[in-house]
Amino acid sequence: MSTIELRTRPAIIAGAAIAGRKEGEGPLGAFYDAVIEDDLFGEDSWEKAESRFYLTACETCLRKAGIPSPDVLLGGDLLNQIMSASLAARSLKVPFLGLYGACSTMAESLAIGAMLVDGGHMTTALCAASSHFCSAERQYRFPLEYGSQRTPTAQWTVTGAGATCVSALQSPHTIARVTHVTVGQVVDMGISDANNMGAAMAPAAASTLTRHFTDTGRTASDYDLIITGDLGQVGHDVLLQLMAERGKPLDAAKYVDCGLLVFGPEQDVHAGGSGCGCSAITLNGYIWNQFRKGALRRVLFMATGALLSTTSSQQGETIPGVAHAVAIENDAP
Amino acid sequence: MSEKQSPSSSAHQAQLERYRQLVDRLSPKSKLGQGVFRAFWVGGAICCLGQALLELGRGPLGMTNTAASTFCSTVLVALTALLTGLGVFDKIGQYAGAGAFVPISGFANAMVSPAMEFRREGLVLGLGGKLFTIAGPVLVWGISASVIVGVLYALFPW
Repeated sequence: MSTIELRTRPAIIAGAAIAGRKEGEGPLGAFYDAVIEDDLFGEDSWEKAESRFYLTACETCLRKAGIPSPDVLLGGDLLNQIMSASLAARSLKVPFLGLYGACSTMAESLAIGAMLVDGGHMTTALCAASSHFCSAERQYRFPLEYGSQRTPTAQWTVTGAGATCVSALQSPHTIARVTHVTVGQVVDMGISDANNMGAAMAPAAASTLTRHFTDTGRTASDYDLIITGDLGQVGHDVLLQLMAERGKPLDAAKYVDCGLLVFGPEQDVHAGGSGCGCSAITLNGYIWNQFRKGALRRVLFMATGALLSTTSSQQGETIPGVAHAVAIENDAP
Repeated sequence: MSEKQSPSSSAHQAQLERYRQLVDRLSPKSKLGQGVFRAFWVGGAICCLGQALLELGRGPLGMTNTAASTFCSTVLVALTALLTGLGVFDKIGQYAGAGAFVPISGFANAMVSPAMEFRREGLVLGLGGKLFTIAGPVLVWGISASVIVGVLYALFPW
């Protein structure tokens, strides 16, 4: 059984989403705690700017939760040696577990944080992830000003950071509760095109989703919303197809992908948004807002990650994908 | 679909092939006609500008053929460097694809963009070390190919 039921139902007591300018202009712009107009965020490099997004998301989340210092900070980002998260942790001065799950990091950190709290080891865990278009471009693709053409399946890395505070404390701020965690397997169906990450990650999403349904005895109709991280248009369509083939079909009206929510069709991002920040700002901005409004009762949040590196790509490896699922319910007694 | 088969089994290979076909079917394709048209007119316009510079050098400026062609290249490279620095050239590249990078403008962009990007890591290891990251492979294999052709030509002068 790879799905863990969290019997104490750890509470999500605060979330914070700090987004970049392009994201702020997107359809979810109104849900972010702050929209930073300056891509450099007052720093002198993209990496330091990303780290400042990360730090700002963490600090905003702690302030909203009314907690001066968490027992642990969990999370990471896309950069080599998770530089953004490490530099932010240096400033926060709290115990830190750095995680790398590529774009699945928000779900991975939330899953581990909720399990640590559920197990009684920690009272409050801060879970956070970030990405930055400019730092990701330069690490994974080309220099920013290089005039290359993007293919129609390519996705646009989100600039932004999200943080969630999970706690065992009884808080009047409780937004929702974490009830189940399904840790994903790494699945590789032979896709090697780094400009089609959605296709590379969709089989991992199908694998995790199938195991989640089997383990819990639930079906897609038990959820108000199933949310994947950054499959984009291609991965979204592929996942619907794969689940239908497995006899566990998803209701297209109750399945969304953060990569398709975060940008509008007029923003010329091709197949949608991507990056750790994509699911992080959507969850901590839009989704928590919907929970507070009472519009959502139970959701399955499943961020997906493409576990490639520039080295693995150049050595001809195909792209391994992973997806972690976290079931979240409202705070009804 | 199960993920537990041995990677070399033919059933697994068939599964990968089926998945590849599914992805192909669901992935949007590049618009060939539109891409070719954009590359043609932008590339053509850059070449027309080059020809105009050449004529300008040879005629009104009274240059020799060699000097005029150097003048033409220099102006195109300088112009691309300027547009790259202003953050405009990457948009032209996204629009025109090969139309923007096959002329000498592409080479200038391939040199200036890493220079801008990596100067933050310092002038020596950053700018110096990364300057040729894009143009380097083209230069290495372009020069190697011309050396081989040169040697063949020296051995068999026809």
